[in-house]
Amino acid sequence: MSLTTVNASQLTVTKQVMKVSKNVLSKITNAMLLPVIGLTIFLFLWSISAQSIHTSLGTFPGPNAVVKQFSSLYIEHVAEREKAEAFYQRQEKRNLAKQVNNPNYVGKIRAYTGKETFFDQILTSLFTVTCGFLVAAIIAIPLGIWMGLNKRLNSAINPIVQIFKPVSPLAWLPLVTMVVSALYVSDDPMVSKSFLTSLITVSLCSLWPMVINTSIGVSSIDSDLLNVSKVLRLPTFTHIQKIVLPASVPMIFTGMRLSFGVAWMVLIAAEMLAQNPGLGKFVWDEFQNGSSDSLARIMAAVIVIGFIGFLLDRAMLELQRKVSWDKSSASV
Amino acid sequence: MNLSALENPEFLEKNTAQAFLNISQIDMVFPTDTGGFTALKNVDLKIDKGEFISLIGHSGCGKSTVLNIVAGLYQATKGGILLQNKEVNEPGPERAVVFQNHSLLPWLTAYQNVELAVKQVFNKTMSKGEMKEWIEYNLKLVHMDHAMFKRPDEISGGMKQRVGIARALAMQPEVLLMDEPFGALDALTRAHMQDSLMEIQNELNNTVIMITHDVDEAVLLSDRIVMMTNGPEATVGEILDVKLERPRSRLSLAKDIEYNRLRSEVLTFLYEKQRKVENISSKAVTPKSIPRKRVSTQ
Repeated sequence: MSLTTVNASQLTVTKQVMKVSKNVLSKITNAMLLPVIGLTIFLFLWSISAQSIHTSLGTFPGPNAVVKQFSSLYIEHVAEREKAEAFYQRQEKRNLAKQVNNPNYVGKIRAYTGKETFFDQILTSLFTVTCGFLVAAIIAIPLGIWMGLNKRLNSAINPIVQIFKPVSPLAWLPLVTMVVSALYVSDDPMVSKSFLTSLITVSLCSLWPMVINTSIGVSSIDSDLLNVSKVLRLPTFTHIQKIVLPASVPMIFTGMRLSFGVAWMVLIAAEMLAQNPGLGKFVWDEFQNGSSDSLARIMAAVIVIGFIGFLLDRAMLELQRKVSWDKSSASV
Repeated sequence: MNLSALENPEFLEKNTAQAFLNISQIDMVFPTDTGGFTALKNVDLKIDKGEFISLIGHSGCGKSTVLNIVAGLYQATKGGILLQNKEVNEPGPERAVVFQNHSLLPWLTAYQNVELAVKQVFNKTMSKGEMKEWIEYNLKLVHMDHAMFKRPDEISGGMKQRVGIARALAMQPEVLLMDEPFGALDALTRAHMQDSLMEIQNELNNTVIMITHDVDEAVLLSDRIVMMTNGPEATVGEILDVKLERPRSRLSLAKDIEYNRLRSEVLTFLYEKQRKVENISSKAVTPKSIPRKRVSTQ
């Protein structure tokens, strides 16, 4: 099967080796060699074309410039951590010194207020997207199950879902921002407004794929299984717990994977505009900063965003493999 | 009939002995875009306790509809079902169903599948230990005790059907309803399953209604064979008493005169009296392109 993907020139070169271990080799080719070739060609084209794009911030960054920025982002991170450490040490010293003069003195401990590093921002983004996704899941999965069980409710809610599903996060954001500012008023806020705005926007956009997939999963359960439940006269709760939920787990997970993908995409846009200190804000700040390194730093962020999105999807897939009985549905 | 007669145990006993399960003048009309489709018309059947009934007929004649009405999954348009003089109008574990395609929950093991039924039916009357024993007893009965902890996708079609039967038996039903239980199995497995079913029936003496397409199966297993006419407006055509001695063995029956007489009677009913109207051979005219293609490839 995989032999067909090996091109003709390779076939002649490795013909004899192939005879010995055809299968193993073609597997290695598919899994390793072809992606590496693809990546090499991509990097080559990127660096060639980058040189000929001149912007007001200098030439477009090629792979080299981006790699350089990765290391400088890391160095900045380490430097910032050292500064923070130094700040806390100074603070502690000062407090101790004051305590020597005045034994009753209780030292004030202030948090370091330096700038977040790139790596802090990655963590903020991951935390925000997880919270937004969980909020969406807590609403969407029960709603989807209910809609799947009740055809009338489904007919009533489905049009609303279909209309809100394609709405861009950028359209929601101003509304969410204003509502959060109006309603979330507290002297000692537990979380910042920008975090809440990003979270709600992420939830609003990632809600719908989960609602749709869950309701389809529940409404398309094999009628034989439902008959089993009827013959056994399972009470509603047991019916949902023992039949409906496990039967629709594959579809629920498909919805969750779609939603997590949407959530991650939406988050970057939301953070940009809401100024939540995550990757979106990083991109926006670099754009506004406009130094000669900015484009390379943004490109570095783009690669990190893509890579994290990929890892999140894989993590969901692994979770599905662990939880779902239907292993065939948990494929890439 | 006055109420006092119903309360009189002697009267009840006499009448229930006559009709343990009474399928009483059932009509079934399915709504369609062009009006109603009458699938069943005046289906009437009385079944004794411990009787093994086969429903046989061409596909689409409404056998499954009858079974689903008895199960309570469908509601008859007219007429009704009385089980021990109580009307049936919803599904329940006292009328356990063995579905054609096993319908085991694919995420549960064989044991857990039976357990779900047992927990639901006996949660008030059995202790945990008793339940475990009862589940294992039923799985042993269908010879599935060696694969109790396997999930449906890890066992063969015949084994799945065995677990399905164990699940139904474990509900200790008044009536066991089987919708072509062995229809999806190969001939050898089917024969094996029929022997198993006879063995179980010998031990438990359940009241069974089984739908089948298989004439041999019907004659081998049943006490009575109910032959249904073709739909629409299908109804009970003829009822054949099978008075072959039990336990029956398929080998010795093969040469038995009575067995062969019964068999040919069912065949006569199906292929002479109730022959499907469509002419099969005229439909399957071989297209001219096929032989020509064959010649060219040769």
